[in-house]
Amino acid sequence: MTATEAIFGKGERTALIAPIIANNPIGVQVLGICSALAVTTRLDKALVMGIGVVIVTACANLAVSLVRNWIPNSIRIIVQLAIIASLVIVVDQVLKAYLYELSLELSVFVGLIITNCIVMGRAEGYAMQNPPWASFLDGVGNGLGYALVLLLVALARELTGAGRIFGYVVLPVTTDGGWYVPNGLMLLAPSGLFIIALLVWLLRTWKPELQEKD
Amino acid sequence: MPKLDSTRYTFLFATVVCVVCALLIAVSAVGLHEKQETNALLYRQKNVLLAAGLVKPDEDLPAKELLRIFDENIRVRLVDIATGELVPVAQQDPKAYDQRRARNDPAQSRVAPPNNAGVSRLPNLGAVYFVMKGDAVRLVVLPIEGVGMWGTCYGFLALEPDGNTVRGLTYYDQKETPGLGGEISNPKWQAVWNGRKIYNEAWEPQLTVIKGKAGPPDKDPLRVDGLSGATITSVGVSRLTTFWMSNDGWGRFLKIFRQGGKL
Repeated sequence: MTATEAIFGKGERTALIAPIIANNPIGVQVLGICSALAVTTRLDKALVMGIGVVIVTACANLAVSLVRNWIPNSIRIIVQLAIIASLVIVVDQVLKAYLYELSLELSVFVGLIITNCIVMGRAEGYAMQNPPWASFLDGVGNGLGYALVLLLVALARELTGAGRIFGYVVLPVTTDGGWYVPNGLMLLAPSGLFIIALLVWLLRTWKPELQEKD
Repeated sequence: MPKLDSTRYTFLFATVVCVVCALLIAVSAVGLHEKQETNALLYRQKNVLLAAGLVKPDEDLPAKELLRIFDENIRVRLVDIATGELVPVAQQDPKAYDQRRARNDPAQSRVAPPNNAGVSRLPNLGAVYFVMKGDAVRLVVLPIEGVGMWGTCYGFLALEPDGNTVRGLTYYDQKETPGLGGEISNPKWQAVWNGRKIYNEAWEPQLTVIKGKAGPPDKDPLRVDGLSGATITSVGVSRLTTFWMSNDGWGRFLKIFRQGGKL
């Protein structure tokens, strides 16, 4: 086994890449839907939220994996939660220090990363059984998979709901003197459900092996 | 290797995890505190400049430039809201004063008089911002807040020296529905306030956000266009403006200000 293989072997590659599409946390594992509805009205919010989740999931997985052999079984969930909650608070603090205006709108949702099922699901389901490096990559991969879906949903919602992409006007809306009548529903939470459902459907049509047999 | 399931080990492990997590949080909170405070102050100052029209909404200026414009044009003073009198600068430094924090501190605030604007507490002191041109006051910018549909909306209202004519409005922190009530943050809508009057002939605050479109400011000065699809937010904005312009809010200060009270 060469050095690169030890660092980036097949197992590690799968840990990193599989959750981005084939085992996407939102599309396939159907985790983390709640925050996906809340922070997808604008792309910049979705991007920051995605980055936040990548960092938290990766670091939480790493930390949990490092101590996995020492965690008493009876309190393992609460230990994972303590680690995740601490990381989330740190991320929130950093946002307030460096991206203040975004943090004003995101703070509530950043706090909710603690209850994001993806983070906890990966800590319990992967990091408790796997070595630190692979767990870290699994965290990055799941975070990226989550971020990808968030960005796609936000792209659809910001474009049709506000006529903008990353805040830049693409379809000038009537309230600003343009021609595009924005679809208000796209800015409300239900549209997030519709778009996510569409994405799940597309994903399962593209990869039929994901469909459950009934 | 200790026994993982013994009670003693479980408690020991829990303690260690707690201490490590607490340390991590404490270090980040203390280490970043100063930068966060600077950000909050700068954000407030930027919004005063926006209300005063000294910065355009689509301008993205670096912090240094914002500070320069603020220091060159704005004089901050504290006002005793109950009497409307200015607090001598020597008594309390107005620049470091955080009105939103003071409102939540029982030692620096009181229960607000009954009102329909959703204001539950009033700070004893409020920060007012004088926009200067040389030694003359060109505008006065007043903080306002009140409940819309989903939560409290925080803003600034800029008035002319007559203490009556609106020259600018911003809502910088609000949780209204994006695209509907959230349009209170849209500079296009805020611009329709320009030139409207707060008070009627009896000096009672009358400016109202109506359903539909109001006339031009010179013909229809006491009414403002409502936001379609956002009746509750429009009513909230209307009520909070009335509250803050009444004698429970900035009314007494504005009366003194109109009569050319000293800076």
